[in-house]
Amino acid sequence: MNYFINPNRMTLWLSTMGAALMTRVSRLGKAGMFLGQTLFYCLTPQVQAERVLRQTWFIGWKSLLVIGMTGTFAGMVVALQGYPALRRMGSEALLGPGVALSLIRELGPVLTALMVTGRAGSAIAAEIGIMRTSEQIDALELMGLNPFRYVVVPNVLASLLALPVLTLAFDAIGILGGYLVGVRLLGLNGGTYFWEMSNYLEMKDVLGGIYKALTFGLLIAWVCCYKGYYSRFGAEGVSAATTQAVVNASVLILVCDYFVTSVVF
Amino acid sequence: MIRVENLRKSFGNQEVLREVSLEVQPGEFMALIGSSGGGKSLLLKLVVGLLKPDRGRIWVAGRDVAALSRRELESLRSRIGFVFQGGALFDSMTVYDNVAFPLREKTSLGEKDIYRKVMRELELVGLRDAARKYPAQLSGGMLKRVALARALVRDPEIVLFDEPTTGLDPVVSRAVLDLFGSVHRQLKLTGILVSHEIPRIFEIVQKVVMLHEGRIIAAEPPARLCASSNPVIRQFVNGTTAAQSARVEELV
Repeated sequence: MNYFINPNRMTLWLSTMGAALMTRVSRLGKAGMFLGQTLFYCLTPQVQAERVLRQTWFIGWKSLLVIGMTGTFAGMVVALQGYPALRRMGSEALLGPGVALSLIRELGPVLTALMVTGRAGSAIAAEIGIMRTSEQIDALELMGLNPFRYVVVPNVLASLLALPVLTLAFDAIGILGGYLVGVRLLGLNGGTYFWEMSNYLEMKDVLGGIYKALTFGLLIAWVCCYKGYYSRFGAEGVSAATTQAVVNASVLILVCDYFVTSVVF
Repeated sequence: MIRVENLRKSFGNQEVLREVSLEVQPGEFMALIGSSGGGKSLLLKLVVGLLKPDRGRIWVAGRDVAALSRRELESLRSRIGFVFQGGALFDSMTVYDNVAFPLREKTSLGEKDIYRKVMRELELVGLRDAARKYPAQLSGGMLKRVALARALVRDPEIVLFDEPTTGLDPVVSRAVLDLFGSVHRQLKLTGILVSHEIPRIFEIVQKVVMLHEGRIIAAEPPARLCASSNPVIRQFVNGTTAAQSARVEELV
């Protein structure tokens, strides 16, 4: 009770809370400004095409193996879990649409984004963080070059290009994984697996998945580039920036997933 | 060529620069000395507009740096070369590509002309044979020389050196400083050299400015600075106080 009456402690508490709130708000503002600047430079001329291609190779092509592995097992486990449940209801013929819809609408975009965050997002944050701490970003600026155009924009554009393609690859591989378990292992008819899929799957499901992939692509590049760009100095600073980039991007992907789902489906 | 007037810069409650004023004439090579963390590198970053001062003004080549638009600042920076403490070379590029980078990105020169210019600069710093190597394959001294070549490749009028000999052994750091001195004499550049290499730097600069507790306490030619009676300057330049020197003489 005393705690609330004592004016000195109350003032201290209020000022501490206020300072913490202000720090959070100013960080949010800084991140928002960073995104605004990035989008501006993405949409204005002098895009570094060669760098965009190189980063697309790095984010897209080099993630393909991990996406293939994740997709295969995600599809397999959905089929393995879904088949007994559908069988109880006498609807095992709907295994194909069940696997396809859960992958295309939800698992494909989300798992792809999480995998890309872990594999490429962390590397992007670390690379930009090292560029910051070793003054390479300052060097770019002193050469009269815009670090956003050279460092941030190629990663954002590459991520926007790579994520939808990786997501579609994840979906296709996952459906084949589901086929392996559902048809080869559990004995469902192969024709039924694919035929029923075409009856239930709509274009808006595929488009919804692509919208999600685009949103997540922007989110991953934004968070990872931002954390690297404002990395603190020293190895500890870069390490903290990398960890924060992966954690923040992963959480934001799941939060955004809910909102994007509620809008596009 | 460079004029700084009543410059102030703080970070939080810590005031790093307090009313700093200095002037570097065209063609003059000036050393900036002072204790570590005293704001020397900060002053260089303010001069090139990487940071904004809290108060005061900076003129470079007659332009007020704080008042320039982004485009004007880019144009001004094309006249300035900057040698960073760690070199700040792009580690994914070879030595050749690092030096060629500013020319490829900011000029319309063809590859043949770029090759000629890059090899000329690498020749100047004695690293023609290292053109195909990556920064990770170079020694500390070689890194600084590549950084100098990159800083010089666009023929700047001003070159700023931010502690370019940090981490080098005495022999290599002497060689690097001699190289800077000879480059300055050959190209008649205006330069500011931040360094702790005392008294070696006194052989290559015309003026020494000492920064102490955020203020400039001396701006004199090296010989006059060495003869200063100010105890802070004496201690910094000789590494001992007057009393310690007297005690050493007494012991000898």
